[in-house]
Formats: sequence, structure tokens, C-alpha cells
Amino acid sequence: MAMALRTIGRRTSFLRRGFSSLSEATKAPTDGKLINLFSAINQALHIALDTDPRSYVFGEDVRFGGVFRCTTGLADKFGRNRVFNTPLCEQGIVGFAIGLAAMGNRAIAEIQFADYIYPAFDQIVNEAAKFRYRSGNEFNCGGLTVRTPYGAVGHGGHYHSQSPESFFCHVPGLKVVIPRSPFQAKGLLLSCIRDPNPVVFFEPKWLYRLAVEEVPQDDYMLPLSEAEVIRQGTDITLVGWGAQLSVLEQACEEAAKEGISCELIDLRTLIPWDKETVEASVRKTGKLLVSHEAPLTGGFGAEISASIAERCFLRLEAPVARICGLDTPFPLVYEQFYMPTKNKILDAIKATVKY
Amino acid sequence: MAAAAAVVARSSSLSKLRPILRSFASSAASDDNRILTIETFVPFTGHLIDPPSRAVDTTPAEILSFFRDMARMRRMEIAADSLYKSKLIRGFCHLYDGQEAVAVGMEAAITKRDAIITSYRDHCTFLSRGGTLLEAFAELMGRRDGCSRGKGGSMHFYKKDASFYGGHGIVGAQVPLGCGLAFAQKYSKDASVTFALYGDGAANQGQLFEALNMSALLDLPVILVCENNHYGMGTAEWRAAKSPSYYKRGDFVPGLKVDGMDALAVKQACKFVKEYALANGPIILEMDTYRYHGHSMSDPGSTYRTRDEISGIRQERDSIERIRRVILSHELASISELKDIEKEVRKEVEEAVSQAKKCSMPDQSVLFKDVFVKGYGAETFGSDRKALSAALP
Repeated sequence: MAMALRTIGRRTSFLRRGFSSLSEATKAPTDGKLINLFSAINQALHIALDTDPRSYVFGEDVRFGGVFRCTTGLADKFGRNRVFNTPLCEQGIVGFAIGLAAMGNRAIAEIQFADYIYPAFDQIVNEAAKFRYRSGNEFNCGGLTVRTPYGAVGHGGHYHSQSPESFFCHVPGLKVVIPRSPFQAKGLLLSCIRDPNPVVFFEPKWLYRLAVEEVPQDDYMLPLSEAEVIRQGTDITLVGWGAQLSVLEQACEEAAKEGISCELIDLRTLIPWDKETVEASVRKTGKLLVSHEAPLTGGFGAEISASIAERCFLRLEAPVARICGLDTPFPLVYEQFYMPTKNKILDAIKATVKY
Repeated sequence: MAAAAAVVARSSSLSKLRPILRSFASSAASDDNRILTIETFVPFTGHLIDPPSRAVDTTPAEILSFFRDMARMRRMEIAADSLYKSKLIRGFCHLYDGQEAVAVGMEAAITKRDAIITSYRDHCTFLSRGGTLLEAFAELMGRRDGCSRGKGGSMHFYKKDASFYGGHGIVGAQVPLGCGLAFAQKYSKDASVTFALYGDGAANQGQLFEALNMSALLDLPVILVCENNHYGMGTAEWRAAKSPSYYKRGDFVPGLKVDGMDALAVKQACKFVKEYALANGPIILEMDTYRYHGHSMSDPGSTYRTRDEISGIRQERDSIERIRRVILSHELASISELKDIEKEVRKEVEEAVSQAKKCSMPDQSVLFKDVFVKGYGAETFGSDRKALSAALP
């Protein structure tokens, strides 16, 4: 197990760090097939189970393919001892996964909607995140990956739309990763599964069918804790993750028409996050805007704001703008008012640039 | 009316055995409060308790009201189905048709001071607690005249004056809540109980057992009702539970298994357990029931069970058909009178739907309302922190 991890470590260090990394891993390659997000995740899971005989996928309804089709074909190919359904018990699922991981296995647990992850919160925060630390590295549950769909979907209401990523970003010992597209998702998920730390992987459910991209069919990994600059600019830095990036991208296009050049960064890993890339960008532009679907107060944008303020205080030309969900429970009929839309972001871009 | 009665009298071979003063008009029967004793279709099964008798005391008025109420519920759910398909209802919609007998039978056994708390499959329970069709449809469509002012939607119907504590999205979360309600009831000594409903999927949630243990320690008047429709979304009960005998899962807490498609059996069971809970503490009821629709409107309901199974249940055990047979065999109303009731109910539902469609959406300010108590909350900032968007009302 340790040998395998070391080999993987060697493979990932191959992908060098860059700040404005419009290099290797960023542009979608042209040697793949056009597939959507759930298919990319499905491919990643197939590869993960193929390459490591001690990896398992389980959760509610995963055997028939899952409610979002992410686990299609896994049970048929790898058998019901490795891909199996659990009863409706999130706390049980994650606790069980931690135990499995503690025995040196890769436990890939699915929580059907991120809104349901809270019964498992205790297990993730108190058990998974602290296992290595409290046992003095005697034990660990690094093989744990919790996958869960998150985010608004247009009509999800209170309990099918939440973005709880910031709760988990507050826990040392845990990694939080959020992909923005099929190509990113496959590479990041494989990295998460093979990362020797417990990871919570949030999948933007709105993009499961909507996002289509060319994805290579082979085994590849994308580095964790590396943000990616997906659009170069000079006037303002925009930071986001997951489905929100497409909204940010639209705002960038609109802003460009008004002569504002935006630099867009996908954080990819929220914890531990790539402070250097964001700082370098803010040093270039002098302004920062963070956007996420989760409510404003206490959202992860607050951490980014505070860190950048510490690091770039004298360089900043305007307060850090946060365009986020409102401080209300995720509403049912007024979702479009709650969401950080393109127009809200555009307004903030203009206000920040003209500060 | 007399001519019709005479026709029915002649056609019934048992009419000579009936008292002469008997009238067959359904309007009279619906006021008829003479006690009838009818046997449930199957006996009850008890766990650590002697089950109640199969002979249920009821009245023609009650039986006819069962028929009318269940027909109304069935119609409402079918109307909700087509409203969802025409995108007037958005989000998630979990339909209860097939399970009406549980709502109707339970209501017949209890008072409005007894509390009911259930999961997201709550439209019919809301109706049985006295909610109106208009409030239900308006809420489903997110209008301001809905029972939760348009903010809850399908999964969050509530009715305070009828002690209906809703309407919960997170599976199983309502059960510890229900035990808390029962604690308050015991404390206030008003001889009321709480029925905490959950499904066979939720039966595997840890919080249920925590709540049950606490209730047993404190002898709370709570009845945990497992509405076992045999499928937790798409997962059959035997795949999710090592022991699908949910009425036995209380271990040291007694339980009763009831034919949930028989409204009279449900009534008898609820009456029985209410007395038990007031005297002794928690008890589990398992309602053996079935839902015709899939888990929700996004689930066709036929990928994990056969159409034959669904139509078989419809033929053998449908709750409305059973009551119809009881009514006809006891000659409480004629076939055409029952059809009239169904037509009336259909019309009620159609009118409620068209009225609900005319209701307006809630005001925008409602988005911020009720996050905190009025006057005691915080301010909320909109997308740009520079401008205060709304002081929470």
C-alpha cells in the first residue's frame, strides 16, 4: 500500500506547479471523447476500482448506477462485494467507510445529496479528520473519499440544493475538492481517491448532464491544492469553484465588452487552498472578487478575503467583494433571487474596478 | 328517493332480515350513527403485546366519510401528478396515493390535540388534519395562500391548530422531534399523544433508535408509525433491513403490525395504541401499505417493481375499493351514490386547482422573512456588501 502511494506520488510531482498555469493540465485535451460530468466521474470510479483491488464504492442506491448515474456499470464489472448499497443511514455509511479505510482500503462512500451529509458530520469531523493526528500516525483513514452532489439545480428547494463546503473547510485534517467540468472531475477524483488523506469531493449536480467536454479515456490525475487560472486578465481577479465558474465566466465575457479585463481562477481544492496562485494574481490586478452559492456569512469566500487581505493589504485597491448566496435557507420559489447571478457579479466587478 | 330505496330493498336478498325502519339513501346513511361492527380483513400481529380484536366498531356515517375522504385524497394526488407534469408544481413532489387508509383511519381514532408528525409524503395527512384543498394546491405551486405561505412546498405542509407538525425533508429527522412533542404532551398532562410517522427507508436511521430509547426511558406517549410501503425509494425493504419486521424493531418496546390498506384496521390500531401509550409509554405501529406512484415524480416507480405487482395490489387491496365493498355489502349506499360522491370530490379538486392557479406568488420580501424572529434578527447583505440589501424583518 505504501509502495503504491509512493509510486503515485512520483507520478503527480511530474505535473509542475505554475502560477498562471495555462499549461499541461488546464486546456481540455483533444484526444478524448465528449462526455458529460457523470460519465467522467463514472470513468474515474471504474479506473480507481480497476487499479486498486482494495477499493470499494458504496452508498445509497449505487448498485443500479446511482440517482445521477455516476456509478453505472461498476457493480456488474467489479461485483457486489466491492460495489454495494447501504441502507439509508449517512452516519453509518461514513463511519463504516472510515473503518474500512483504517484497514488500508480505499473507501469511496457516496452521500446521495450534500444536504444529507449532516448526520455524518460528526464522523467526518471527529473521526476521519483526527484519526492520524490523535494516533500519532499509528493509524489513518487516508483511503476515505466521500463523494456527494452539491449545489443548486433550479428547483431543488431547501434540501436538494445546499452547498455545505465551508463547514468542512473548517476542519484541519480534511481535504475539500470541487471540480468545475468533466475533464477536471475525472482527474481530481482520481487524485482524491489516491490521496493519502481523507477527502470530501463535492460534485456540482447542475453540471452532471449539462457540462460536456473532451475527456481522455486513460488514467490521469490532476494535482490537489493547485488552483488554476482559466482566464488571464489584468483588471480584477475572480475566484470561484464548481458550477459557479460558468456564471463567473459569463460575467467575465460581459465585463470584457465594457473594457474590463478579468482574471478567473478556479480554486479546485478548497482546503488546503492554493494561496500562492491567488496572491500572485491579486498582486497583478489589485482587486479580488470571490463568488460561491453558499450563503455569504461564514462562507469560504470569507477565508479567502481574510487571507488575501493579510497577504496583499497594501496592494489591494478595493475591498474584496463577495458575491454569494443570501443569508437565508435555500429558498424554494425565489431561488433566482437567492443565487449569485451573472448580473450581481457584473455589478460588483464594475463597482470594484471603479472603486 | 323512496323509489330508489325500494328498488335496492327488493334486489337485496337479505333485506327481509333488516330492520324495517332502515333507509338506503346515502344522505341518511352519512348521518347514520348506528354502531356497526365490522371485521378487519386480516388480524393484527403483536410484538410483546396482545393485539386488539379484529372487530371494529364503526358507524355508516364514518364509513361513508372514509370513502369520501379517501376519494378526495386520491383525486388530489392525481391532480398533483398532472400539475407537476405541466410544470406548475416544481421541485420535488412525493405522492401518497395508495396509502390513504393510514391517514384517514388514524384521524378517526384521535383528536386534534393529538399531534401528528410525518415525512415529506404529507399531502394527504395535511388534508386529514383539516387542511383544505386550496391551501394544499397553493402551497404545491408556491403561492402565498398555501399553508406554509408558499415557502415550504410539497415537503413542508404544516397546520398548527390541528397539531400537524408537518412535513420534513430529511429522512427520519422527524422521529426524535415527535418524541419531543410527546414529552411536552406528557408534561402538560392533557391526555394527548404524538404519532411520529416514518417509512421503511427511514427505519434504518440511527436517530430513530436513539429517540425510541429516550422515549422508553421517559415513558413518553409517542407512537412510532412505520408506513411500510416496502420500498425506500427504489430499494426493496429486504435489501435495506436485516429484519423487515419493523414492528419488532423496538426490541423492548412493543409493536403492532396492521394492514395499512384497511382504514378500519388502522382506526382500531390507532385507538388501541393511543390508550396504551397514555398508560405505558412508546409503542411501534407498522402499517403494511403500498404507494402506487414512484418515490417522487422523478421516479417512474416501475424499474424496481413489476407493473403486475402494482396492479395486483390495486385489485386486491386498494383501500378505496375495500371501503366501497364494505359500503355495498352492508348496503349503506348504492353504486350510483358512491359514483356521485366521487364526481363531487372530483369537482371539488378541480375547483381548488383552478382557484389555486389564480393565487399570486408570495411577495419578494418574504424571501427574507422568518429567518429569525421579527425584530430580533440580523441584517442580511445582498450580493454587494457595500449596500445593505435588507434588514431581516
